[in-house]
Amino acid sequence: MKERLNSMKIGTFGVVTKVCGERKVCRRLYDMGITPGVEIYLRKKAPLGDPIEITIRGYELTLRKKEAENIEIETERS
Amino acid sequence: MKHFALAGNPNCGKTTLFNNLTGSTAHVGNWPGVTVEKREGIYKKLKEPVSIVDLPGIYSLSPYSPEEIISRNYLLQDKVDCIINILDVTNLERNLYLTTQLAELDIPLVVALNMSDLLTKNGDIIDVIKLSELLNVKVVSISALKGTNLDELMRTAYQESNKIRKGKMLFNSSILELIDELKGLYSKKNIENPLFHAIKMSEEDEIEIRNNEDIYERVVNFKKNFTNDNFEGDYASLLADERYRFIEQNSKKFFHRKQTNEKIKMTRSDKIDKILTNRFFGLLIFAVILFFIFHFTFAEDFLYLHAMGLFGDGLNVWPDVPIVGGVIGSGNGINSLGVMLQTLMINTTDWITSVVRSGLESLDGQSWVTGFICDGVLGGLFAVLSFVPQILLLFLFFSILEDTGYMARVAFILDRLFRKFGLSGRAFMPMIMGFGCSVPAIINTRTLADDNERTATIRVIPFFSCGAKLPILTAVSGAIVTTFGIGNADLITFGMYILGMVSAIIAVILMRNTTMRGPVPMFIMELPSYHVPQIKSLMIHLWDKLKHFMKKAFTIILVSTIIIWAMSHFSFSWQYLSDEEINNSILAGIGMLFQPLFTPLGWGSQLGAWGWVFCVGAVTGLIAKENVIATFSSLAACITAGFVGTEEGILEVEQMILATNIAIPGLISFIAFNMLTIPCFAAVATAKAELPKNKFKTTILFWLVFSYIVSMMIYLIGSYWWTLFIFLALIALMAFAIHYINMRLDKKRLANESN
Repeated sequence: MKERLNSMKIGTFGVVTKVCGERKVCRRLYDMGITPGVEIYLRKKAPLGDPIEITIRGYELTLRKKEAENIEIETERS
Repeated sequence: MKHFALAGNPNCGKTTLFNNLTGSTAHVGNWPGVTVEKREGIYKKLKEPVSIVDLPGIYSLSPYSPEEIISRNYLLQDKVDCIINILDVTNLERNLYLTTQLAELDIPLVVALNMSDLLTKNGDIIDVIKLSELLNVKVVSISALKGTNLDELMRTAYQESNKIRKGKMLFNSSILELIDELKGLYSKKNIENPLFHAIKMSEEDEIEIRNNEDIYERVVNFKKNFTNDNFEGDYASLLADERYRFIEQNSKKFFHRKQTNEKIKMTRSDKIDKILTNRFFGLLIFAVILFFIFHFTFAEDFLYLHAMGLFGDGLNVWPDVPIVGGVIGSGNGINSLGVMLQTLMINTTDWITSVVRSGLESLDGQSWVTGFICDGVLGGLFAVLSFVPQILLLFLFFSILEDTGYMARVAFILDRLFRKFGLSGRAFMPMIMGFGCSVPAIINTRTLADDNERTATIRVIPFFSCGAKLPILTAVSGAIVTTFGIGNADLITFGMYILGMVSAIIAVILMRNTTMRGPVPMFIMELPSYHVPQIKSLMIHLWDKLKHFMKKAFTIILVSTIIIWAMSHFSFSWQYLSDEEINNSILAGIGMLFQPLFTPLGWGSQLGAWGWVFCVGAVTGLIAKENVIATFSSLAACITAGFVGTEEGILEVEQMILATNIAIPGLISFIAFNMLTIPCFAAVATAKAELPKNKFKTTILFWLVFSYIVSMMIYLIGSYWWTLFIFLALIALMAFAIHYINMRLDKKRLANESN
């Protein structure tokens, strides 16, 4: 199923299909290793619900839902 | 001497390696133009000594953060003989991403695989030879922590530095044609590192375009004809994707992961994280940690044992013994570590002063010499030294939080809250550090990439009352209680801290809605694994801070206390004045000149003959906040002959109150003004260096106006309660006006955009 990273459920996996959005944000996401084809695991949300914490390329990254909206994901969920 | 540069991701062990290589030769300076720390040192175990520079931790050489720009400029402009790129093997893919960029420079490169001991524990294996073949550079596996193989690394780097290396593109790119063409153009212009520049240009890098606009035309032309890509002409993304693809596709050749069935393993770090950033307890745990840090540093009734009825009054151990008397505890309970160290320091300095004083008096010298040395020089200096232990302790605690990786989690937990004010969770760290000292706090704002966020944060950092302002709070509130017999000193002090924080929030909201409107800065941050902090690096860090304070104490503050002393003991005709004649002094003259300015704040002309002492206190506070109470104590000695002060300065302030008949609202307004106004010289100088261009003057103005208005409100509302309604009406009017103007501006902008 296609969705965006900000709407993913905690504890699920997804594969990045596309990264879009403002150039500066996009570049930063790429630099941190969020590129098409990479697998993302949504670990948790912060106590106040935002930002989110993901595992990517073997490390933990945190980003806001607003930035996560730039990341298109293919999830295993049907 | 050869110059080596250490480069690597944040949290890869770079600083540990640097400390291990350079030892005591290391010194901390600043990068030109910015106050980002620049660590340099010498490695001596080779044929000749080499200098090593520790570049800031970076993920990429893109032009979006000050750290990246600094590193890039250093590598391109300074003659670096070899880059040592440290990789954290537990995080290899992302670490190698930077390596692919460094390899494009014409500078010899050696890769150091760090933490290899950690990796073998997991059962994974890295084939160093294969990795070396793939990257086409020498790879040395080391442990920065244990110091394993460091000499081997440096020997290899030294050998490589004697060779000539040409930049190499490690991966195949679909826009190779463009890159080759650009590279040719750069070579023709005799620019060094042509490959690096060519790739950055094809990424449409802002810095690159600015420097070589003629070459940029080629990129634009190329884009018109080349449409065969998934990135809609965004070559920066295309290249980043290709770099990661290269790393992924080859990682099987050199990285042998131990087979596990679980997809996500629970490491120890994960387990800790599960508790500390727990959805329900995360905020609570953070508040408790913060409470204990301040409790350990400032509490005079440690763990509230005395308040709970334990120990009775028998804690004042050896009250009459010099130096150690009262260190362990007082009638109020056991001292916390911070207070113990502080008491020890104060006892020692008092003892020194008394010895010097009796020595000078027995010499039968002139009285002004004794006064100058004991009250002017030593008094001022020791007033500063007395709170050094507590500031260092605060630093220690915050460094531990930083080094363990918890600070990043704090940003994660609090981001949502801070975004409401237009900041990111990262702004919290410098702000909370402001409670210790504004100088490192302001330097710490360099972790904020957005200019507006940085400026706003730097402006409100002084509102988080620092250690040097604490004596003002405790002395004045203590004096309020003892003189007027009402209130609770701790409560007043605490209230002032709250006032500072509330002011910070209001100021940030105000700025983000007026002069600094704009999108909320992005928040994309690594959460490093939890580490056990290393004592060595903590100590190095503390030593740097201590040096900084000592420098400040022995230069600015010493000179200013001597000046203040001289100005209060000499008249305009350079006649030495005895203590009783201070009203004729230069200082009184200057104070009286400024006095009317502070009348609306409650400590101006209405205080009569002695009113100028508060003005002078506030003005000397600009030099260093410690001076406020230090000034009071030298002035108190002048007002009342034979006056003997106390450490907390409460008696000094009492003298001021009795001499001027100042009312409580005026005193509170005085604290507020000192807390919110222009911080000390050291902080101002730091702010000047850290603020973006053209923001310094407005920042100074902001501090002055903001503190003046808040203090005035406190005084007026405190004295005439009905003025509250006038202020409320004014605030409502202002809020409405800002809202209305912003609405108009937004409408205009939308209209322009749609045209």
